[in-house]
Amino acid sequence: MDLSAIDPLVLLASLMVAATPIMLAGIGELVVEKSGVLNLGVEGMMITGAICGFAVAVETGSPALGFLAAAAGGAVLALLFGILTQFLLSNQVATGLALTLFGLGLSALIGQSYIGIKPPHFDQLDIPLLKDLPVLGLVLFRHDVIVYLALGLVVGVWWFLGRSRAGLVLRAIGENHDAAHALGYKVMRVRMLAIVFGGALAGLGGAYISLVRVPQWTEGMTAGAGWIALALVVFASWRPLRLALGAWLFGGITVLQLNLQAAGVAIPIQYLSMSPYIATILVLAFLSSRSGRAALDAPASLGKPFHASS
Amino acid sequence: MSDAPLLVVDGITKRYPGVVANDHVSFDVGRAEIHALLGENGAGKSTLVKIIYGLVQPDEGRMTLEGASYTPAEPREARAAGIAMVFQHFSLFEALSVAENIALGMEDPPPMNALSARIREVSAAYGLPLDPERLVGELSAGERQRVEIIRCLLQEPRLLIMDEPTSVLTPQEVEILFRTLRRLREEGRSILYISHKLEEIRALCDRATILRLGKVVASCDPRACSARELAEMMVGSSFTQPERTQRPFGDVVLEVEGLDLPAGSPFGTSLKDISFRVRAGEILGIGGVAGNGQEELLAALSGERVTAAEAVRLGGEPIGRLTPNPRRARGLLSAPEERLGHAAAPDMTLTENAMMTGAVRRRLVERGFLRWQAARRFAEEIVHRFDVRTPGVGHVARSLSGGNLQKFVIGREILQAPRALVVNQPTWGVDAAAAAAIRQALIDLANKGVAVVVISQDLDELLEISDSFAALNAGRLSAPRPTEGLGIDEIGLLMGGVHGAAPSSAENERPGETV
Repeated sequence: MDLSAIDPLVLLASLMVAATPIMLAGIGELVVEKSGVLNLGVEGMMITGAICGFAVAVETGSPALGFLAAAAGGAVLALLFGILTQFLLSNQVATGLALTLFGLGLSALIGQSYIGIKPPHFDQLDIPLLKDLPVLGLVLFRHDVIVYLALGLVVGVWWFLGRSRAGLVLRAIGENHDAAHALGYKVMRVRMLAIVFGGALAGLGGAYISLVRVPQWTEGMTAGAGWIALALVVFASWRPLRLALGAWLFGGITVLQLNLQAAGVAIPIQYLSMSPYIATILVLAFLSSRSGRAALDAPASLGKPFHASS
Repeated sequence: MSDAPLLVVDGITKRYPGVVANDHVSFDVGRAEIHALLGENGAGKSTLVKIIYGLVQPDEGRMTLEGASYTPAEPREARAAGIAMVFQHFSLFEALSVAENIALGMEDPPPMNALSARIREVSAAYGLPLDPERLVGELSAGERQRVEIIRCLLQEPRLLIMDEPTSVLTPQEVEILFRTLRRLREEGRSILYISHKLEEIRALCDRATILRLGKVVASCDPRACSARELAEMMVGSSFTQPERTQRPFGDVVLEVEGLDLPAGSPFGTSLKDISFRVRAGEILGIGGVAGNGQEELLAALSGERVTAAEAVRLGGEPIGRLTPNPRRARGLLSAPEERLGHAAAPDMTLTENAMMTGAVRRRLVERGFLRWQAARRFAEEIVHRFDVRTPGVGHVARSLSGGNLQKFVIGREILQAPRALVVNQPTWGVDAAAAAAIRQALIDLANKGVAVVVISQDLDELLEISDSFAALNAGRLSAPRPTEGLGIDEIGLLMGGVHGAAPSSAENERPGETV
């Protein structure tokens, strides 16, 4: 065992990368839940995005086109969820779970001929001057564009929800859809847009795993990242900036356990591998135990079906 | 030209599957007029105002506003035309601030800071104090209504629609509201005022249009009619008022002493040091504005939430730690406020609903097996004795009208021969004839020597049937007093939390204290 082999700066830098997929999927799901819809299909949309992005990047040789295709793939799957739950009024929980199973199967089917292939390399965006800063340069400024996109989206969503009128309408719909409808706001339209946005970001997060983080295609390679993203939204009490912190925390645990495995710590690998998931469960149990405050943060109409009957 | 009416509604018809909500309704609202729309629940008032506000499209008929054709496809258009609406409930967002709530109801809200300043300005001008930064979930019902009114006033409406605005207010708050409405009339604005409270309409309105079963049945000057005449136009027949009887009270049956209970939900109310006693044959009325602890008090008495054992006693036995079924076995029964989902399971049949609370006292369970025949007979007995209009006990609870289901729910408890019965809002949203029947049933029950607690926001109801009265305010209960000789002003003060504003005999327990 040699803990000195773990370089804290490299650890922090790889934490930023490890956090990006769940940050993308999480911020998308946060917007969806703020509009009052619970989409448990994040895992399915991520894995679909992962294979769509991988396949298109391999065929065209362009990772950028791959990411676009990943967003589109996630969005299409989300659109399916939206039509089922919003127009056909199917149960959101059951539909979300079905979406995950469907996404896992569909991606395995598409991905049959892509196993063992290497995707085109996605360049880092070495920011001139800043990348040469001591310490910060390595940790913050030598990443690819998606890492910064994810951070930008978090700030953008924070501004949108807290400061813009459209964001206020979205929060109002998630809070009390009957009242929002009575005031003349389009509940279904806003929710469909939110669902598609969430799907696109989940797809993007999935493609980041298959194109950058791993980079290769294997079946079921998202390995529960979608569920961690869902937990992250609750952990963040539906607040965007807190979500970024949570993503770094979970990313940190993931990276740390990999490093500990490499360093040969005398804990069975299985325990280390399960640590991010145990952390997820502990955090959720802790948060739901302080029911008063946490219940206030949750959108009041979350998961409730809306039908403009009267 | 200024005498021409502001809004003319001509032959509006709206059909829903199986029911005609509005049947060729015609009336008009004049300028600077407070116009009452009067009718029972289900008379079609709500559908009609939703049509005027653009939420529902009529099947036939047309409307004109200031001489021009008016066909709002959505509320946005109605607001643009100068029509604003204060909803009965359901239209505020608890987790958002006052200013955010108001911004949501406006077409082009100014930036938040400017809007907050405007809210302060308007609220001061109309005597409706309100802090724009507070969360709506923390406000009282009266303050919430102010949010809605100010939201409307900021749009400079020509016509303000108010749907049952006083159902959640204390008498003092009603006075403030009426002053604001009269002032709006002086400014030349018109108000369409929907209510089934006759005295209010007589005090406030210039004209009344009366709806029954979707049709306009009369139009009159409410100041020139008696409340009884209005009621008969509204109901279409005369009905008997419950008879109040003098009866001797027995021993104390239900005793609550120093009951404390923390709030069960983020915006709930915690109960603080509640004490009262109810004797056999006595009806205790508990008044108060919604959200002051009524639901929590019912939960503590029914056993849905347990408390310290000594806090609740039935016939001397401490039962505070018992859950609902053991309490039922001992004779303490209850009927909560929410009919669908709390007092009755909406998608289960009347027989199944009868089984659920009657199992213990009516012996509908034998060695763990359900006796469906007996449950069915019990349900049929309730339907028969309490005149519940339903095709049969095999129909689901949801299919009954509000009044009929309420009669079923109350009847179900009464027929289990309770020692003490607690009901919350027994006649909320129930038509006048059914309400009179329910009140009579409660009085009959007390005549048989049962201790009855009626929690209600309807003061007239409490004054009509209760022997003693106490008010809930922010989770505290005033000392009960005899209802006889209690004035409405005094009750208003009790509801507002001014306990002991006028000393009563019940409170003179400290003879040594003199000033």
